[in-house]
Amino acid sequence: MNFDFDVIERSWVYLFQDGMVFTLKLTIFSALGGLFLGTLLALCRLSGIRVLAAVAGAYVNLLRALPLILVIFWFYFLVPYIGAWLTGASRPVSVGGFTSALITFTLFEAAYFCEIMRAGIQSVPSGQVAAGSALGMTYRQVMAKVVLPQAFRNMTPILLTQTIVLFQDTSLVYVLSLTDFLGAATKVAQRDGRLIEMYMFVAIVYFIMSYAASLLVRYLRQRTGIVR
Amino acid sequence: MNYNWNWSVFFDEAPGGVTYLETLLGGLAWTIATAALSWLIALAMGTLVGVARTTNVAWARRLGTAYVELLRNIPLLVQMFLWYFVVPELLPRVLGDAMKQIAPPWGIFLPAVLCLGFYTSSRVAEQVRAGIESLPPGQRMAATALGLVPSQVYRQVLLPSAFRIILPPLTSELLNLIKNTSVAFTIGLFELVGAARSMQEFSFQVFETFALATLFYLLLNLVVVRVMSLIERRMAVPGFIGRSPATEEVTP
Repeated sequence: MNFDFDVIERSWVYLFQDGMVFTLKLTIFSALGGLFLGTLLALCRLSGIRVLAAVAGAYVNLLRALPLILVIFWFYFLVPYIGAWLTGASRPVSVGGFTSALITFTLFEAAYFCEIMRAGIQSVPSGQVAAGSALGMTYRQVMAKVVLPQAFRNMTPILLTQTIVLFQDTSLVYVLSLTDFLGAATKVAQRDGRLIEMYMFVAIVYFIMSYAASLLVRYLRQRTGIVR
Repeated sequence: MNYNWNWSVFFDEAPGGVTYLETLLGGLAWTIATAALSWLIALAMGTLVGVARTTNVAWARRLGTAYVELLRNIPLLVQMFLWYFVVPELLPRVLGDAMKQIAPPWGIFLPAVLCLGFYTSSRVAEQVRAGIESLPPGQRMAATALGLVPSQVYRQVLLPSAFRIILPPLTSELLNLIKNTSVAFTIGLFELVGAARSMQEFSFQVFETFALATLFYLLLNLVVVRVMSLIERRMAVPGFIGRSPATEEVTP
């Protein structure tokens, strides 16, 4: 058995400039989209309006019960039809791979971020909501100015941890043959017949990035922990 | 939406002489078999590593931590490729060749089970550790004072109560494991997603196929939740209310 690690030297510009940029873009955009949508879902679940709470709860529980790969395939085939329905076109709209993946991960992560934000909102003492209302604030003001800022702050470490999980999960776009970091590495590996070297390199890169990020989150948790 | 719905497609004949319904049921069976075997590895390795991280032996603690960090910081899909493509090459030649020569479905099944088992074991280990750490330190001291050696302290005092405490988070780990078996589809395992993909490619009825696969996953979820809560009730020690460890505190 002879290893040839030159293959990494020959292809690292492609791996990082095409692959890793795709992975990071997908991670960051779907984390932000998922956080926004997840917060809305959490507000729905806690709104006290029964229909809204039930619909949001059903959505969250459904997506959390399904494997991500199945959800990726669902949206990959569904999004063109939804696009056609939204724009009134008679044929399914063709959607690019990145857009399809972005929509999928945003909607999927929203379910997970929703549960985190729900815990975050519930971690704010209910007396603060009462106090806000007593001061004459509307529901929207109480949420936007009192509850949510604290909920975000309390949940920052867990939100970031979930984002690291998301970063690792984006590798599953492999099943759509997209060129994320793993996809790019697979293409090079198959072209040069160097599966072993490439997959070991990919594992090391993912490990270093995820581990460094998790150490950072740990440090952040210690620094920003609110003493109560 | 101009999509041709055809729900009777499940009774049409699929390539291979069975109906599409049987194709999906076959996938479900592979999902269950893979998850069940992986769960055994996960429980065994997870308990071992979880215990190692709570002992007084410094090198065992460090080794346990390294094990957990290594498995949690590499994407499952990459680990799957490592087990399937890389491990047989790194093993001694005889063993690696033997692994490569296993007949088709089992040659994929084995690396898939090993991958999912070890990956899940790192998560089980975190739960076991959290469960043991949530016990009052007096239990360990009392057991030691009674003259039990460390292995007895763990087997007869700490683990029985720790496992009762962590049953709910273990249930969600089992649910995660069942969902994660779908990743084995990428190396060619014919589990539920693999079966659905094959049916979708041959029958062109995308949404019916995925709808039934979705239903199967939901049913599987429901069964696991029911069975686990049954076990939880059967195992409960009267009058003992365990503090459940904070599951969301666990970092990846």
